[in-house]
Amino acid sequence: MNATRRGRWTGGLALLIGAVIVLFPYYWLAVMATNTTAEIYSTPPKLWFGSHLFENLSAVFAKIDFFGSLLNTVIVAVATTILVLFFDSLAAFTFAKYKFPGAGLLFNILLATFVVPTQLAAIPQFSIMAAFGWVGDLKALIVPAAANAFGIFWMRQYCRSAIPDELLEAAKVDGAGFFRTYWSVALPVLRPALAFLGIFTFVNAWNDYLWPLIVMVDSRNVTLQVALNQLNAVYGTDYSQVMAGTLVAVIPLLVVFLFGARHFIRNIAAGAVKG
Amino acid sequence: MAAKRLRYLPQYLAISPFFVLFAIFGVYPVLYSLYLAFQKWDGIGPMQFVGLKNFEFLVTDADFWNSVGNTFIIWIMSTVPMTVLALLIAVGLNSSIRFRGLYRVAYFAPNVTSIVAMAIVFTSVFSNQFGILNALLRGIGLDPVSWLTDPWGIKVAISVMIIWRWVGYNAIIFLAGLQAIPGEVYEAARIDGATAVQTFFRVTLPLLRPVLLFSVVMSAINGLQIFTEAQVLVGQRGGPQDAGMTMVLYFYNQAFTESDFGYGAAIAWGIFVLVVLFAIINWRVIQRPERAEVQ
Repeated sequence: MNATRRGRWTGGLALLIGAVIVLFPYYWLAVMATNTTAEIYSTPPKLWFGSHLFENLSAVFAKIDFFGSLLNTVIVAVATTILVLFFDSLAAFTFAKYKFPGAGLLFNILLATFVVPTQLAAIPQFSIMAAFGWVGDLKALIVPAAANAFGIFWMRQYCRSAIPDELLEAAKVDGAGFFRTYWSVALPVLRPALAFLGIFTFVNAWNDYLWPLIVMVDSRNVTLQVALNQLNAVYGTDYSQVMAGTLVAVIPLLVVFLFGARHFIRNIAAGAVKG
Repeated sequence: MAAKRLRYLPQYLAISPFFVLFAIFGVYPVLYSLYLAFQKWDGIGPMQFVGLKNFEFLVTDADFWNSVGNTFIIWIMSTVPMTVLALLIAVGLNSSIRFRGLYRVAYFAPNVTSIVAMAIVFTSVFSNQFGILNALLRGIGLDPVSWLTDPWGIKVAISVMIIWRWVGYNAIIFLAGLQAIPGEVYEAARIDGATAVQTFFRVTLPLLRPVLLFSVVMSAINGLQIFTEAQVLVGQRGGPQDAGMTMVLYFYNQAFTESDFGYGAAIAWGIFVLVVLFAIINWRVIQRPERAEVQ
């Protein structure tokens, strides 16, 4: 018994130390963002929060179009999320609950698309965007991401267990057509799954970097991630200012995550164990 | 017949957005990149058919193979410690300690945090002169390390970023795997007089194999496509002695900085082949012991 208790105590302590190390970069980001560059560079370095956050931020806002790129990222993330939720849930509901010629084959094709890596398609996608006149346009980020195989696959599993056939029968008896049934019967039932897929899509769209870098870089329409890297590359010596911008770029997403964290983490784990 | 087809029109319409988008932004680009890999093209002027030249150059391109080597070294330096740490965290979270929910959130948070932002933070942590890490080393009487100019230092820094981002994610997945193991199994091991360590290696690990398989294959696919961490840390050019040049960073440079789209397409196919091969090898390695046990 004593050994078990000691084991638990050591385990708890190790977890605590691990968590402190994992969370340290956030703390350090906040420390650097609130001090001056001179204070960060001093020996020994300043280890506690300062009072220069707003001064640092206004310097950042003067150097790059921070709010413009923030707005771009918000537009892209929100638009992508809404489109993905609609298209993926509609397709998933159809695959889960309806029989139609070719359904099995089409679903297998959908699964096969998981294998296609991003960079394989990147060059021709860039040419397509150039042909559409979309280089530097937010549409180039939103449209290709508007529906994805992962979401449909994941949602279909959920639809199968969450929507009983009787519910669809009842809707049919009431004279509801296909789309009516999806909208008024299926969607309300799918709310927990939509919450997960929504956060997942939003986070990925917000953090996406390689593709926005390729297709937006020379335009004035950059996303937050690209703007951050430009800030770092061009004004890297103004440490505290770069960090202030970085801090403000990190916070919104952390808030979104913390909002649904438990539910989100549970779904990530369940998906991996089942799949 | 036509009426019958029409009957399913709503269903086909409902699933069509994904397939239309994938045809335009997936199938067509992939086929086109195969075509491009046989051309010389700067993205603007006319294309010129060069046969297998791009691939011939690729297999002898020292810069490409350097990036392949870097990527695999970084993969091992990150995946091995990450998997071990994630297992330890998962076992810890699976015991009856307090604040488990909070720990899960804390460990998972890096996975949803912007890579660019945190790569900027890590760059400063590892900074040769003003980094907190070197300040710490000096504080305890050790010599500072030139993390950002030494070829190994660069790889360590990139690996640490990858570990930081993925350790919590994998711990959560391992934890789910641990929780799926029925209590009777442990009970039986206890009755047989197995120690905690024996139970872990003989009972827990083998039962975790499917989850481990998922984790290792995923990290093979993601890890070989490392881009952002390296690009932010050492910049477009890969840093001193190209020590931070990864495969995808090399691809990005050749295609979008040098505007050598034909060669870029050939590199993309090279990366694709390596990733698929490596994922299969990993799959086999983890699968094999299972077969041995059955025999």
